Amino acid sequence: MAVLQGAEAKLYVGDFYGRPCIMKERFVKNYRHPTLDKALTNQRIKSEVRANLRCKISGIQTPTIFMVNFETNSIYMEEIQDAVTVRQHINTVQASEPNLSSVCEQLKPLAEVIGQTLAKMHTNNIIHGDLTTSNMLLEGDPKDLSLFLIDFGLSSFEASAEDKGVDLYVLERAFLSSHPNSQDVFDCILAAYKNQMKDKSASKEILSKLDEIRLRGRKRTMVG
Amino acid sequence: MLALAANQWKAHLRLNLSFVKTTRMVIAIGFEGSANKLGIGIIKDGEVLSNPRHTYITPPGQGFLPKDTAKHHREHALSVLKAALEEANVKPEEIDVVCYTKGPGMGAPLVSTALVARTVAQLWKKPIVAVNHCIGHIEMGRLITGAQNPTVLYVSGGNTQVIAYSDRCYRIFGETIDIAVGNCLDRFARVLKLSNDPSPGYNIEQLAKKGKQYLEMPYVVKGMDVSFSGLLSYIEEKAPKLIESGAYTPEDLCFSLQETVFAMLIEITERAMAHCDSNEVLIVGGVGCNKRLQEMMGIMASERGATLYATDERFCIDNGAMIAQAGWEMYRTGVVTPLKETTCTQRFRTDEVEVTWRS
Repeated sequence: MAVLQGAEAKLYVGDFYGRPCIMKERFVKNYRHPTLDKALTNQRIKSEVRANLRCKISGIQTPTIFMVNFETNSIYMEEIQDAVTVRQHINTVQASEPNLSSVCEQLKPLAEVIGQTLAKMHTNNIIHGDLTTSNMLLEGDPKDLSLFLIDFGLSSFEASAEDKGVDLYVLERAFLSSHPNSQDVFDCILAAYKNQMKDKSASKEILSKLDEIRLRGRKRTMVG
Repeated sequence: MLALAANQWKAHLRLNLSFVKTTRMVIAIGFEGSANKLGIGIIKDGEVLSNPRHTYITPPGQGFLPKDTAKHHREHALSVLKAALEEANVKPEEIDVVCYTKGPGMGAPLVSTALVARTVAQLWKKPIVAVNHCIGHIEMGRLITGAQNPTVLYVSGGNTQVIAYSDRCYRIFGETIDIAVGNCLDRFARVLKLSNDPSPGYNIEQLAKKGKQYLEMPYVVKGMDVSFSGLLSYIEEKAPKLIESGAYTPEDLCFSLQETVFAMLIEITERAMAHCDSNEVLIVGGVGCNKRLQEMMGIMASERGATLYATDERFCIDNGAMIAQAGWEMYRTGVVTPLKETTCTQRFRTDEVEVTWRS
């Protein structure tokens, strides 16, 4: 009873010794070379579990991992019940509120929590690798701002400003393409990120890297 | 003349020309010369009447330089134009609109081709439409394959983008954060001193068919973006040693390189499709005629219950008809470029164009 099929995994809901559980099964990708497929799948399961735990230690909420089965490429983890993705939440707010500036006003507290959470994550040198609003959950009433990060399959541990900058760039691209007219909200995330970072020279370096990376995409010299 | 700001382009004059709205068939001629191919194509309401092309081929181990490429285009402009008109059996006075590539691309070749387009437009007294090269690829792909609203993987020597249409704009969901996939393949072909005839990528594809041993190399996907520069440095450095020691053959390396970079492209395309809930995928651009890439995309698509649309080298590789097709789409919604704005720009993103012809 797969409840959801993403780009590379199927999710099943069940229970693990009485606890609500999600099984995330990474399926074989027949388009890629078996050696590459096996290597990527293993690497991503390991990254996912490692970053999940490291985030928890850093005080970021993530679903608790119960068990990993490398034979079936599955991770068994806590099901965050009564949760919506940040993507759904933003869409709901945007749909219910026609006025652009009041949408921004309503989403500001959430943007701050996201910025703070990402700053915590980067302070601990955790790179998520696939930050999108679909990979962030809000548990319970969205107004409580109980934020969970999920889907760490592309994560890595890097101290460099370059990697952190790219991480933010990936979020920016996903954020703006999923949510039109949301530049202000994203700017709020960056402002909160900057405020939360204790090491001011580090945050300055990361954000100037972000500017540099944006230009790479936009101004890349190219040949038809 | 080169650097026209993007916003100027956006402010592009839109005229509602009453004669466009009549039912008469519209004939468009397109001039493409943004890279090393000079192509001139004629299209009559979605039917390709002619599409000749001449490619500037450099010696093995060498890329093409802007100055020499522009010279090539200037030398062949008249013969290709003559061929396009003769093959289509169309007289200049029957043509309704002249379309040319405004960018992105290499400056000198773009300018030399635009000059030809401007000249004939004035000689024949025809309106002129400036076209974004990437949009040309997308519209040609849609025309040839009949795909309605596909997620587009645009892969060539200069571009690597995953694009989807929404709200009058071709939005870029994922792209390379450094070099293009075709550039990565071309530069590896130079390491192996492969021939540039008909194209370095084609010759890599042929060698890859004989490759057996898979070498693991850096695989860099960040969200929906990819990066190839680290992979290229790795293989450029390793290849000579691996071949010399006999551990891997050039065929093995071409095979491994293709398997790795294509897997990265399919992965981000699939992620974009999941993101946009899309069930059509279209491959365009020069690298798009690679059969292995098409095969891998086909497997991914069928496993998702989606349909793959791809074209062959006539339309995947830069050509004039694609510029005519995109220009025709623009023209029929009333877009005409005033002569003094018929400039070129090397940097011109896909998402800067307002898509007036789709709902």
